[in-house]
Amino acid sequence: MADRKAAGAGAAAEIVFSHVTKHYPGRRAAAVKDLSLVVPAGEICVLVGPSGAGKTTAMKLVNRLIDFDEGDITIDGRSIRELDAVELRRGIGYVIQQIGLFPHMTVGDNIAVVPRLLGWPKQRIRERVAELVELVGLEAGDRDRYPSQLSGGQRQRVGLVRALAAEPKVMLMDEPFGALDPITRDRLQNEFLRLHEVERKTVIFVTHDIDEAIKLGDRIAILREGGVLAQYDAPDAILASPADDFVARFVGADRGLKRLALRRLSEIELDSPNGIPPDAPRTSLQTTIRDALSLMLTEGAENLVVVDDSGEVAGLLSVGRVSRLLAEP
Amino acid sequence: MSGPPPPVVIPNFGGASKCVTNNDLFCADWVQHNWGSTLQPALLEHLRLTLIAVAIGFVIAFAAAVVARRLRFVEHPFTLVGALLYTIPSIALFQLLVPFTGLTETTVEIALIGYTLLILFRNTLAGFQAVPEDVLEAARGMGLRGREILWRIEVPLALPAIMAGLRIATVTVISLATVAAFIDDEGLGSPIFRAIQSNVFKTELFAAGGLAVALALFADAFLVLVQRLVTPWARRERT
Repeated sequence: MADRKAAGAGAAAEIVFSHVTKHYPGRRAAAVKDLSLVVPAGEICVLVGPSGAGKTTAMKLVNRLIDFDEGDITIDGRSIRELDAVELRRGIGYVIQQIGLFPHMTVGDNIAVVPRLLGWPKQRIRERVAELVELVGLEAGDRDRYPSQLSGGQRQRVGLVRALAAEPKVMLMDEPFGALDPITRDRLQNEFLRLHEVERKTVIFVTHDIDEAIKLGDRIAILREGGVLAQYDAPDAILASPADDFVARFVGADRGLKRLALRRLSEIELDSPNGIPPDAPRTSLQTTIRDALSLMLTEGAENLVVVDDSGEVAGLLSVGRVSRLLAEP
Repeated sequence: MSGPPPPVVIPNFGGASKCVTNNDLFCADWVQHNWGSTLQPALLEHLRLTLIAVAIGFVIAFAAAVVARRLRFVEHPFTLVGALLYTIPSIALFQLLVPFTGLTETTVEIALIGYTLLILFRNTLAGFQAVPEDVLEAARGMGLRGREILWRIEVPLALPAIMAGLRIATVTVISLATVAAFIDDEGLGSPIFRAIQSNVFKTELFAAGGLAVALALFADAFLVLVQRLVTPWARRERT
């Protein structure tokens, strides 16, 4: 076993920002102002906001690529100021939009960089690389290919597992899917969520895309210009009750619909299936409420028949039921 | 273009063939006869002069480029010094050094090193500067230390540019080193000068000159091979 363990290596760690402020020299406005928030261990916290809101700065404070002026950040209760910056970074996975794969190293060598720095035994590195390559759906033969031989989506997959390689407790992700086409982005978001189920890390994820934030975040921190935290809550709570006009505008006028997209028919109480209209459209329990509503509107139907995986009728959904759901807090 | 050829002073006249006494364009028998005593030693000396100059020049230029990669403001003065050395005519530079270091190999090497600096510095620095910012950012974010970033990331990625510089510098030095015989009687310049002083003994001139050209071509081909071996990733990029 490696005797030199990275700071924070292992399962997942709680991250606490307390009254963190960062000023860039020569600029009057703060980049991050009095930021306090707690990211529970194993959760995905998405930092979102317009440009100039300091979300990337806030993220880079965690691995000390940028140093803050006031306040403190702790990982697992330890102030990051107490740790050597290099040791700290080796214990934190880091993914950026431009990926930054090392072009002169094969996929396998790219993934193995941090484990090698940490002095893992060769056998363990080999096994970990093989595991990650498989986990992310690359073929074993891709291990010996160079980044230039991969597609954009494959490269970002490698970037993702490279960050996971040394089993960090914390992952920092700076718009990792921002440069991908919409289809690839959607697929990688889903893979990321699946990966998160397997390798549960505390994730700080930066994006300017509110839909991505809603989809991926256990919690969303909405920042406004000047690095001020406008609201920090679960996606559903933010969509249901935005803290102020800025948040309401930022999440969009369709926030009701976005809320409906968060829940599936299997998660709500359906009306009893008495008196099924014969021509009512059907859908499965796995459909999101938003998609179900869309189906009713396009079909011009008042009701929808919901069926379970075996094709049995599970219940009825009506337009009225959907609007009552939105009225709930 | 007609009339008798000018009298030629030919070394080792006693055993000379008709080809040699006529000073024909090229006499293979003379080359064969003088290979071991004259040409081969001159070739090896030439190779040694070149290797020393390129090696020392590279160490200096590489160190300067490593410094200039972070401290932008030193790039200009370094380039200026290199350019100055590069533009001084070689014979003049040799002469300028004689009062200090005499008619020695040191004089020759100092001048030759001077000619490599600009090429090697510019190429190495260009290689460093071409390393993508996102690669450096990822390296820092993953917890590589400055020295690890230099040796594991920046130097390997700068290798194509560094090797290109080494190729140009090597060929330049092989060519310039012939003039060095003017100061210190060694290398392929030595038989060339002797041929010229012998009222142009063509065979020796062509044999030594040809060897210099061949050495340059071989050295270049060798460096191309080395480059391919050390940058396998750059080759596949083109597919």
